[in-house]
Amino acid sequence: MQITVKIKRFDPEKDKRSRWTEYRLEANPMDRVLDVLNEIKWEQDGSLSYRRSCAHGICGSDAMLINGVNRLACKVLIKDLGNDIAIEPIRGLPVEKDLIVDMESFFDSYEAVLPYFINDDPVPAGERLQSPEEREIFDASTKCILCACCTTSCPVFWVNGRYLGPAAIVNAHRFIFDSRDRGTDQRLEVLNQPNGLWRCRTAYNCTEACPRDIPVTKAIEDVKRVLLWRTS
Amino acid sequence: MKRAHRYDVIVVGAGGAGLMAARYAAQNPNVSVAVISKLYPTRSHTGAAQGGVGAALGNITEDRPEWHAFDTIKGGDYLTDQDVAEAFAYEVIDAVYELEHMGLPFSRTPDGRIAQRKFGGHTREFGKSAVERACYAADRTGHMILQTLYQQSIKDNVTFFNEFHVLDIVIVDGECRGVVAFELATGELHTFHAKSTVIASGGNGRMFKVTSNAHALTGDLMSVVYRRGIPIEDPEFYQFHPTGLYRIGVLLTEGARGEGGILRNGSGERFMERYAPTIKDLAPRDMVSRAMYFEIRDGNGVGPDKDYIHLDLTHIDREIIESRLPDITEFARIYLGVDPVTEPVPVQPTAHYAMGGIPTNIDTEVIRDGNDTVVPGLYAAGEVACASLHGANRLGTNSLGDLIVFGRRAGVNAARFAAASPYGELPKTVQDYTHELLQRLRHGLGKEKVAHIRKELQTTMMDHASVFRTQETLSRQVEILRELKERYQSVGVEDGGQQYNTELMEAVELGFLLDNAEQLVHGALNRTESRGAHSREDYKERDDDSWLKHTLIYREGDGVRIDFKPVTLGKYEPKPRVY
Ligand SMILES: Cc1cc2nc3c(=O)[nH]c(=O)nc-3n(C[C@H](O)[C@H](O)[C@H](O)COP(=O)(O)OP(=O)(O)OC[C@H]3O[C@@H](n4cnc5c(N)ncnc54)[C@H](O)[C@@H]3O)c2cc1C
Ligand code: FES
Repeated sequence: MQITVKIKRFDPEKDKRSRWTEYRLEANPMDRVLDVLNEIKWEQDGSLSYRRSCAHGICGSDAMLINGVNRLACKVLIKDLGNDIAIEPIRGLPVEKDLIVDMESFFDSYEAVLPYFINDDPVPAGERLQSPEEREIFDASTKCILCACCTTSCPVFWVNGRYLGPAAIVNAHRFIFDSRDRGTDQRLEVLNQPNGLWRCRTAYNCTEACPRDIPVTKAIEDVKRVLLWRTS
Repeated sequence: MKRAHRYDVIVVGAGGAGLMAARYAAQNPNVSVAVISKLYPTRSHTGAAQGGVGAALGNITEDRPEWHAFDTIKGGDYLTDQDVAEAFAYEVIDAVYELEHMGLPFSRTPDGRIAQRKFGGHTREFGKSAVERACYAADRTGHMILQTLYQQSIKDNVTFFNEFHVLDIVIVDGECRGVVAFELATGELHTFHAKSTVIASGGNGRMFKVTSNAHALTGDLMSVVYRRGIPIEDPEFYQFHPTGLYRIGVLLTEGARGEGGILRNGSGERFMERYAPTIKDLAPRDMVSRAMYFEIRDGNGVGPDKDYIHLDLTHIDREIIESRLPDITEFARIYLGVDPVTEPVPVQPTAHYAMGGIPTNIDTEVIRDGNDTVVPGLYAAGEVACASLHGANRLGTNSLGDLIVFGRRAGVNAARFAAASPYGELPKTVQDYTHELLQRLRHGLGKEKVAHIRKELQTTMMDHASVFRTQETLSRQVEILRELKERYQSVGVEDGGQQYNTELMEAVELGFLLDNAEQLVHGALNRTESRGAHSREDYKERDDDSWLKHTLIYREGDGVRIDFKPVTLGKYEPKPRVY
């Protein structure tokens, strides 16, 4: 099928502001958007820049705003988009070049919630025990691939770039609800700060944007409940 | 010198092997450590691993490390170095517990232990029956390993240089003194002066058309060291996984056949009954991939071009498919529009894993010849390395184990060496080679497109040097590679910019891939036997008298030189590999 792809481009060495560029090409309905970007880069315009690696939705490199929705380019097919496709960088992070954004503040927020296992008890010879039920409680939040689809779809984050954002909170959830972890107090302290948890307005954009089907808003609500319970 | 950095230990790569090495190096209080990675750490392909990590914990039924060592050696068709397999099978138990202690969310048994399941080639009592050895976290074990190790590195405050591509290694007087890297964000070159350098840069599956490997897996460091006189060991042993999604190669885990999935040809026949009458669809990966290839070649494939095979799960309960194979079910639905619950899934063998790589001894020190001469200051671990744990054919779940065991050894040993050594001097011209390489590509004639050469490389490697090989196909491929390398001299890059010049990096990576292909094809042409994943139609038998030895391929002038290295044998006499 013949498709038209409009890409919002920005070359930091040439452009003052971003510009739309249109490409026409033949595509297979089963092609991924990433395949189409590759086709454009490889055959029409080598300078088109974007991140990618795994090409099947597992590494989190290629979050983009595709026809108005945050998606991974490697996990959405042309047949589901039609003949006219518009691609922009994800919102709320500085654009470096074309579809590449500066992820630093995103990772800073992630690191702020102490996204690592905390437990200073002496380690047993074998594994720490955990029942399948205890393990199940935080299963969904272990799926996060840090693609930023959720955080950059959040209207609160768009206006306040210092808001920790859904991805960081999901990763806090992953540890707060892990029966083996002992770092909840430290994490809640971070989440309770002005740009933390309470900024969330439950817009649900994040849940819709997540390519891993994590119930992001629910995870945020779960953490809010723990915080309320602890502080009351 | 501009943009010069100095760390006692430099780790190249931030997948499972690199992060493990960095963690252990950093535990030595006397050294400074930095990790250089061309991807953000969490984008590394370790995150794609599904099935599990093998360790004889015995949480379900009795298991022992010596059984694991034996399975690994037999699975490797006796090309595995037996001392390496033994050390591995014991240490991996500890390493898995350690991952758990770092918080890795393994799936659990009813009594709260790490859950384990069966996997191809893993047995109890030296082959009596299958054993539950694969420790897993649902069907995203690799994702959990990568995340957990990255989380730990945040806790440990590890220094990262992300989106830095290492393009050269500094070898002076036979020792390694660091690396030269290209910073993607700025287009600048950086020199990293180090006492120890650990290479953990992963695989090279992108030399083939259909692969389970990420775009980034272009075998960079296997080429970089090769250009600097270090040989590559056993490159001809490349594993094809039987069930990649048709055309795109995305992996469907062996677990699908473990749950009862059946492979069928164009007439609906369960053809594996003819090739492996006893274990049928659960035969080892190399055997199944070959059988599928023969079916397709003999006109028994499925589809308009008869070029794929069906993986049939339709007789299995919907509930089992959706609960135990959720990810691959999603892959089939999204990428092929096929629902495995109601329709068979089109599959074909997909390029998956490099058994060969940069030669190391059991302590992960890189060696430069058949006498085990060490390159001081240089270490390698993970898929890029060849210790040789996997011999001629890797067993499923043994790569993730390899990363944590040998990643750890590399970190410890690299730090110990660094703590006891002074910095060697760097030559003033250290960046010249890389600078010229990039200038050549930036100002190339542009007569040839990178994408076209790469596509031809991938297609011809698939046709001539994948599952099915003969003298004729391999000799043709040698010629084709020569021609592609010639054409590569006149590629050009359109993007004249400095910042985020991903086009320039793709061009460099193509050069690396061409070297990797050259290594593989020459190794395969030279080895006139069939062993594990290396299958020669014109030499169908394993030939221990002539070929129970490792290949070492060196670059020499415009061509290659081939040497050998003995296999470390041990308790287990080479026997025919029957299951
Ligand atoms: C789909 C799939 C499923 C798998 N499932 C399993 C399984 O269930 N069990 C199992 O045991 N094995 C499995 N494997 C194999 C295993 O996952 C890999 O072999 C292993 O993860 C490789 O890890 P690594 O650390 O060596 O490299 P990678 O994780 O690939 O990391 C390589 C690192 O090197 C960096 N790098 C590369 N080149 C450069 C350069 N030039 N400069 C700087 N940095 C560079 C990259 O940025 C990256 O950080 C699977 C493989 C695939 C593809
Ligand atoms: S390329 Fe890895 S998630 Fe899309």
